[in-house]
Amino acid sequence: MARFEYLEARTLRQAISLLQRHGDEARIVAGSTDFLVRWRQGVWQPKYVVNIGRIASLRRISYSRRLGLRLGALVSVRDLETHPQIQSNYSALSAAAASFAGVQVRNLATVGGNVCNASPAGDTLPALLAFDAQCKIAGPEGDRWVALSEFFTGPGRTVLQTGEILTELRLPPPLPNTGSLYIKHSPRGAMDIATLGVASVISLEGSGRVCRNLRIGLGAVAPTPIRASSAESLLWGREVTPELITSAAQAAKADAKPIGDVRGSAEHRQDMVAVLTQRTLDRALDMARGNPMAFEMQRQFAIQAAF
Amino acid sequence: MKKPLKLTVNGEPREFFVEPYFSLLDALRDELHLTGTKKGCDEGDCGACTVLLDGKPVTSCLVLAHSAHDSQVTTIEGLAGQDGLLHPVQQAFVTHGGLQCGFCTPGLVMSAVGLLQENSDPSVDEVKYAIGGNLCRCTGYSKVIESIMAAAQEIRDGNG
Ligand SMILES: Cc1cc2nc3c(=O)[nH]c(=O)nc-3n(C[C@H](O)[C@H](O)[C@H](O)COP(=O)(O)OP(=O)(O)OC[C@H]3O[C@@H](n4cnc5c(N)ncnc54)[C@H](O)[C@@H]3O)c2cc1C
Repeated sequence: MARFEYLEARTLRQAISLLQRHGDEARIVAGSTDFLVRWRQGVWQPKYVVNIGRIASLRRISYSRRLGLRLGALVSVRDLETHPQIQSNYSALSAAAASFAGVQVRNLATVGGNVCNASPAGDTLPALLAFDAQCKIAGPEGDRWVALSEFFTGPGRTVLQTGEILTELRLPPPLPNTGSLYIKHSPRGAMDIATLGVASVISLEGSGRVCRNLRIGLGAVAPTPIRASSAESLLWGREVTPELITSAAQAAKADAKPIGDVRGSAEHRQDMVAVLTQRTLDRALDMARGNPMAFEMQRQFAIQAAF
Repeated sequence: MKKPLKLTVNGEPREFFVEPYFSLLDALRDELHLTGTKKGCDEGDCGACTVLLDGKPVTSCLVLAHSAHDSQVTTIEGLAGQDGLLHPVQQAFVTHGGLQCGFCTPGLVMSAVGLLQENSDPSVDEVKYAIGGNLCRCTGYSKVIESIMAAAQEIRDGNG
């Protein structure tokens, strides 16, 4: 384990200037839950660690019906899980947070860290994609915005350049008659990495029959988290029937390009995409039709384990 | 090079020198000799190193010691009263036999204390969920859960 120097930024500006000064010899840490594991494994060996975890302005969380949800990059996964407005308006996100590690890790892990770590299996990512999150990035040249769907470039790779920091995620306000759910499939029922995860967000026209909007996020079935675009387009503007939902679930299966590993074969993953797309859609639809799901239920649904 | 670090540990202000790359766990054990907090996996998976950081349960192996400066840390050593009286969670683990070898116990107790601070009337499912990040390799979890439910009752009855 190579030793490193610990540097702490108190402001965003200070963080950017530390990152500029030390370039590729520096690594940002927020909750440090990925960092310390990778460092001990010898995978990450920075000379300088720049802790942004104490920059208060990045901890904010706000929701309004007009502006939607704004999450500072340092908002903890535990806060995503327990925030009442997230539970009621962005249930796929609170369910994703409930499926994530254990309480102790959730208290440390940040949403920005989950996004920037860019694991294809990152549990908050399918839900953030399905809620059409936009990323605010601060850097030496000022701020820029990137859609989360454009943010990932490969496993562990993002569009962030040296010196850039993800500062905020913005999720547009949910349309009326919206329901959403995330389901993670993993070998164990707690403290495991997703074999795959599916988040579905569906909005209905006032009549409660026609699909006005649908987004499906898939995790751990491609080099990055992805949207199931062909499944989505099957339902947009159409009357939602059980047959159509089944077709969408099959289409999502074709959208997935998984690999096989210790958690499951490629074939198993592909089959499970259809199963979880169907399940999340069925439940999300029920919510969109005016039957909200209590958080305890979301939590029970969130992890569907093999053992 | 070691740098000064200020923490309040178990209610006592402490100022001491710590390597920049030390975890909070290593700082507690190696610098303050508070060895009640256990090092199990050192990867955040086992929960044996759980402490309360500003009141919230965290795996101290995943916290950079210096990132916790000016924070309040509570370890297993800080739970008993001045008079030596055990915390109701500790007492319940003793009374209900919620342990065998004891290695995971400090972490489990800290997770339980964290839960009961937020919710002193948890369901069995809520208890299971709260200790999902704590591994015990000796026994089942039944007696652990029994102990935490009993402690919750004690606390609600005002004996906590
Ligand atoms: C025991 C354990 C269990 C876990 N379980 C899960 C799980 O169930 N699901 C899951 O998805 N993940 C899990 N993880 C992974 C990890 O906890 C998450 O990815 C977490 O969200 C990372 O956030 P962090 O703040 O700790 O990131 P850090 O470790 O601080 O940083 C992670 C990476 O992102 C970069 N980074 C962080 N913040 C920013 C920023 N604002 N701008 C630019 N770059 C940034 C860092 O440089 C680093 O490369 C687990 C980890 C452990 C150790």
